[in-house]
Amino acid sequence: MAEAAESPGDRGRASPRPLMRDLKAVGKKFMHVLYPRKSNTLLRDWDLWGPLILCVTLALMLQRGSADSEKDGGPQFAEVFVIVWFGAVTITLNSKLLGGNISFFQSLCVLGYCILPLTVAMLVCRLVLLAEPGPVNFMVRLFVVIVMFAWSIAASTAFLADSQPPNRKALAVYPVFLFYFVISWMILTFTPQ
Amino acid sequence: MATADELTFHEFEEATNLLVETPDAVTTSRSDQLTPQGHLAVAVGSGSSYGADDEVEEESDKTALLQEKKQQPEFWTFGYYQSFFDVDTSQVLDRIRGSLLPRPGHNFVRHHLRNRPDLYGPFWICATLAFILAVTGNLTLLLAQRRDPSIHYSPQFHKVTVAVITIYCYAWLVPLALWGFLRWRKGVRERMGPYTLLETVCVYGYSLFVFIPTVVLWLIPVPWLQWLFGALALALSAAGLVFTLWPVVREDTRLAAAVLLSVVVLLHALLAMGCKLYFFQLLPPGHLAPLPQATSLSPSMLPPPTLTRSMATF
Repeated sequence: MAEAAESPGDRGRASPRPLMRDLKAVGKKFMHVLYPRKSNTLLRDWDLWGPLILCVTLALMLQRGSADSEKDGGPQFAEVFVIVWFGAVTITLNSKLLGGNISFFQSLCVLGYCILPLTVAMLVCRLVLLAEPGPVNFMVRLFVVIVMFAWSIAASTAFLADSQPPNRKALAVYPVFLFYFVISWMILTFTPQ
Repeated sequence: MATADELTFHEFEEATNLLVETPDAVTTSRSDQLTPQGHLAVAVGSGSSYGADDEVEEESDKTALLQEKKQQPEFWTFGYYQSFFDVDTSQVLDRIRGSLLPRPGHNFVRHHLRNRPDLYGPFWICATLAFILAVTGNLTLLLAQRRDPSIHYSPQFHKVTVAVITIYCYAWLVPLALWGFLRWRKGVRERMGPYTLLETVCVYGYSLFVFIPTVVLWLIPVPWLQWLFGALALALSAAGLVFTLWPVVREDTRLAAAVLLSVVVLLHALLAMGCKLYFFQLLPPGHLAPLPQATSLSPSMLPPPTLTRSMATF
């Protein structure tokens, strides 16, 4: 994260400002993900706060209750965390090994921020699950998850595809597809206790 | 052939010196060269366990392009690992096609890999297969619950872990064992050396591709159709492996060749059947009604989830 250089005299006054500025930067990137355009903001000023917030939110919402049997339920908090971060690192390594010219943290930043639509889908699914269960309930959730999945892929491809040589774009994009597919699956199969 | 032998031997000497000298020509070939540069990068860079003399026997028909050398990166640099991912989309698709349609004369390593194995295919095919197994196994449970509401549906996330570990261990440890065995037996063979470790891993990785559509087709809840698809996939996959290994083992004794090939096919069959039974087997609905512990549907009988919540999930 880019921090403001503080002179010793400003110590008391300067501390709230970087926090607001960072929050604004995170919010701005959220907007860029929700309305993906060909812009370099996500790549230029990368940060990992947004992905961390999103990952924690998603993991908290996906976490199953402790009353369920350990082996048969949905993912635990740590499992979601591992899948998101390990998956993002693997995709980034894959992209770099194929010869992409994106930096490691830029790629993590993009992949993390593009989980935002799926986090929104998770919120919507949790709300929908408060209604009565049934096939309509499931269809609504399926539709929402599919739309958000497509949105995530479109957003991340818009940022990542240009960094690959043209004859390897599909090789670099496919793991992204698999990554968001697994997260979508976890969201869709979430059953409340 | 004298020229070819000279070039081969010349290259053998060069290979061991490539780490310390800087060659003059640096090229990276893409799709239309038979050069074994990637092959060399593997053999020389790792240093310890590859005998360069194996490479001499294998390169006997690749001599025309041995003029070009590129600098072999050290194994601790990023460039070394990049050489394993030096493939294009069209090449990966061509290799996948080659694994789907094995033909008796066509050796996968020679015709499709052309001695430039990659790690992209094996790694992502294994990842896809593992996740597809877990997802479709769970989908099967979901569809069964729709037909029979007494079945308890749960996301069964632990199966993802099991799938990932199983597939990756199979696709990486079995080739390692096979490679080790072939190298141990190489004293018996005169003509053809064994494949490198990377090529063996590649063959196994691509041969697993045919299981991906098979697993998706296993969603159809007709048992005999499932076994038919499974048998078909196993036949294609094992045929690919056998046709690739045959040129290497046929010079060995009959017994060793037969044992090796049947062990390879047997392990493959065990993998297919194990996946089918673990991820897709549902207890028949008649067993579920009276017993609370029968609501858990994976074959390893888990501690029973509470029965009352099972009806309200979907």
